[in-house]
Amino acid sequence: MIKQEKNHKSSFIAAIILVAFLIILTLLETFGSQFPEGFLRKTFSSTSMLYTVLKKGATYALVTVSMNLLNGFTGLFSLGQAGFMLLGAYTYGILTIPSAARDDVYYLHGGSAINFSTQEIFGSLFGNSGVGGAVSLILGVLIAIICAGLVAAFFAYLIGLPVLRLKSDYLAIATLGFAEIIRAVFQWDKLAPITNGANMLKSYPTFSSFNITNSNGDVILRLSTVVPFLIAGVCIWIIVLLINSSYGRAFKAIREDETAAEAMGINLAKHKRLSFCISSFFAGVGGAMLAMYASTVQAKTFTSAMTYELLLIVVIGGIGSVSGSCIASFLYIACSEWWLRFLDNEIILSNGFKVPLLRNSFRMVVFSVVIMIIVLFFRRGIMGNKELPDLFKRRRKKPEQQEAAK
Amino acid sequence: MEYLVSIILSGISVGGQYALIAIGYTMVYGILRLINFAHGDVFMVAGLFMVYLSASMPIYIAIPLVLILTALLGYIIERVAYKPLRSAPRMSVMISAIGVSYLLQNLALYITGGLNQMYPKIQFLSDSITILGATTRRVTVITPILVIILIIVLTQLINHTKIGMAMRAVSKDYETSELMGIKINNVISMTFIIGSFLAGVGSMLYFSNYATVVPLSGSMPGLKAFVAAVFGGIGSIPGAVIGAFIIGICESAIKSYSMISVFSDAFTFALLIVILAVKPTGLFGEKTIDKV
Amino acid sequence: MSNCVLKVMNLTMQFGGVVAVDNLSFEVNEGEIVALIGPNGAGKTTAFNCITGVYAPTNGRVEFYGTTMVENHPKGKMRKQYAGENNGTYLRSIEPTPDKITNLGIARTFQNIRLFSQLSVFDNVLIAKHMRAKQNFLSATFRINHAEEKRMREETYAILEEQDLVKYAEDIAGSLPYGLQRHLEIARALATDPKLLLLDEPAAGMNPQETAELTGFIGQIRKSHNLTIFMIEHHMDLVMRISERIYVLDFGKLIAQGTPTEIQNDPRVIEAYLGVDEDA
Repeated sequence: MIKQEKNHKSSFIAAIILVAFLIILTLLETFGSQFPEGFLRKTFSSTSMLYTVLKKGATYALVTVSMNLLNGFTGLFSLGQAGFMLLGAYTYGILTIPSAARDDVYYLHGGSAINFSTQEIFGSLFGNSGVGGAVSLILGVLIAIICAGLVAAFFAYLIGLPVLRLKSDYLAIATLGFAEIIRAVFQWDKLAPITNGANMLKSYPTFSSFNITNSNGDVILRLSTVVPFLIAGVCIWIIVLLINSSYGRAFKAIREDETAAEAMGINLAKHKRLSFCISSFFAGVGGAMLAMYASTVQAKTFTSAMTYELLLIVVIGGIGSVSGSCIASFLYIACSEWWLRFLDNEIILSNGFKVPLLRNSFRMVVFSVVIMIIVLFFRRGIMGNKELPDLFKRRRKKPEQQEAAK
Repeated sequence: MEYLVSIILSGISVGGQYALIAIGYTMVYGILRLINFAHGDVFMVAGLFMVYLSASMPIYIAIPLVLILTALLGYIIERVAYKPLRSAPRMSVMISAIGVSYLLQNLALYITGGLNQMYPKIQFLSDSITILGATTRRVTVITPILVIILIIVLTQLINHTKIGMAMRAVSKDYETSELMGIKINNVISMTFIIGSFLAGVGSMLYFSNYATVVPLSGSMPGLKAFVAAVFGGIGSIPGAVIGAFIIGICESAIKSYSMISVFSDAFTFALLIVILAVKPTGLFGEKTIDKV
Repeated sequence: MSNCVLKVMNLTMQFGGVVAVDNLSFEVNEGEIVALIGPNGAGKTTAFNCITGVYAPTNGRVEFYGTTMVENHPKGKMRKQYAGENNGTYLRSIEPTPDKITNLGIARTFQNIRLFSQLSVFDNVLIAKHMRAKQNFLSATFRINHAEEKRMREETYAILEEQDLVKYAEDIAGSLPYGLQRHLEIARALATDPKLLLLDEPAAGMNPQETAELTGFIGQIRKSHNLTIFMIEHHMDLVMRISERIYVLDFGKLIAQGTPTEIQNDPRVIEAYLGVDEDA
């Protein structure tokens, strides 16, 4: 039987590797500060940039993959990602700010219109501390994240009705426009009792809320990096399942040739809407994750520049490659937050010579140039449209083909 | 009454500035089917050129020099970032345009060090004058007049010169024009030069009104100018101009009502979505049928 | 008396001021192979596109197995501009999208090959199975539909086997030689389980030997898949050898119809079309 999907053995191995990785990550984060002084301590202590990069990288990986689903796999050039992330982030924040903190957060507007939070609802069932508290927190956050995705998907459905039948260039501008409209709406002071207007939302559960503390308040197990990996991992896994399913093939057909796809019985409107809504669902989840990462949410940070950044990461990784998007996300975040930070600092060598060009914002200029080089000369990006497992497959295939040719 | 006059005047003024940018978008789209995302940032860079040049030379030398440099910038961008991708799928060129936009914004951020740059006062434009009881700057009146003059010149160029005819041919049918011996590269370069030149003029008028130049100064006006071009019918220069004036006036009106002033930008996009839903070819656009 | 599979009535397609298809009426009966010929630009592909939902015709009706599938009449601006006949005969406006028409059992190929060129040969055919699968995106994503998926793959394999394309199954569709690409397009169309197959210039670009193979091939799939076939073609030896009836189009109008012998001897057809040897 030709072309069965990857057999179960290799998925099982991949799952084991992933679980091992997560366990190691947890251990490193919890005990990393106890390494002896030196490189290891600096890299793995809990305050190291490594974890910031991993957390933000996981978040961006999810959003980038969701954008790739829409742009790379279905061929719909949409620039509205930031708007859906905004919807997700706000939904999450609004649903999970504890009632005690509400007045404080909404101080300019005399309190919030919504006076509950999802984790407190579960708290009344399971208790608010100890194991019960943990369960309420997890369930509360989980429900809020799912709602974040659903709200984003709902708006995607509404927006998609007029917009999806437009040609690619117009689709780009229309989705960009919607994202800007959403941003303006969330800053409108008439909606402030819900959205807090132009002020930020804060005090909701973040990734660090998942660290397990003992009765003294000391942290005994740090889960703050594992949690985003879990969330992003599950979501990306679902997206991969979708891409490899019959519907994923239909999306690729639409990307390749819409007219032919339609002639083969694929309803363009329905499938485009499906891709758009699913992509936006995960963008919403990514927005919620971004909220958890940053501890504050403010509408004005979700600009079209954020969407451009995501698009450029997709291009670097390879349009049409999920593993490419993940790799490129981590690389990009690592460079921008950690490794290339030095480009922004003035370096004065020991003989008093000041290295030219290096000052604030030089890092972004270097990025932009690198991106232009990739767009112009390496259009396929890091992975092209191949996935990580494909790189391993090719070696094994060659001898098989030689056999068949004999 | 003065209130109404001042709204209309400022609307016409900013509309005219958008019109000069919109022409660049509509011309490039007509020929290359490319939304030149970087065009708004060229507009912003023109503003920066003026800031730096006027600091070291007199205004009447700086002005033509800025225009020449801006036109040159447009030419260089086309050569470096768009020409190599002419045979690539459309998405690639648009991504390249976004990349150029990103690069220009980051370069501006780097060079200015994040500080707001103050645009120099061009005496003639910034002087106050009174019209129908409303006080405003002279640039508000000069803008529509200048825009109309430039459009007349441009229309003459397109309808009565050889290069203009070449431009019209290329925007109707790219491949056939090439086969007919039209030097496509020259036509495309000319389009970018003219578009960028007009954006340079627009930047002088715009920044004489809003005197601060920041790296993001170009992105909103750029997007709005693009919406104007789509609204008027992409590929149609008179359409782009009329669209720009309409958007300018509506924006000015909305800004004056504090309750919805935050929507002044969003309004433009709402207009875009309405026109794309109702008449995607714009007010003056033509419908084309793709052969299957 | 055999069923009428396709009945086209007064089909008119007008683009702006140009009438591309003018009051075209014809029938195709069950099990037949019928050809539509005519000079380039006569309106043949436009007629195909009206039947398959790519264009909504300006006027006229198309019936499939007796049920009205497409119907339209001049609307809006067209009401004044309409230069064709039978204005007012058709009152309804039924404009299905191509996917609905394929669902009813009509499949088509394209004049300029439209394969999913970056996807594999196997996937190209497999995608055509998506339409009829009993699944939704949730059951497909979470593999609840694995029985359906298995069935789709088995049927795809069977079609590739029948077409002798199995050895290319993993290859990228765009890398196949031209003749094989045309075969693949037909295989893909067959995968939608059609009752009526519309072929748009299936022999375009083929040499005489390939054309002869194609002739046998078309006759064979008619039998094995129980098809009715309606095709546009320029290769006269293919047309004359395999069609039972022929319709001739010129400037959008039907100028002749009949058996191959009748058409070959029809003076109007010779004047408009057949005078030059097409297979030089």
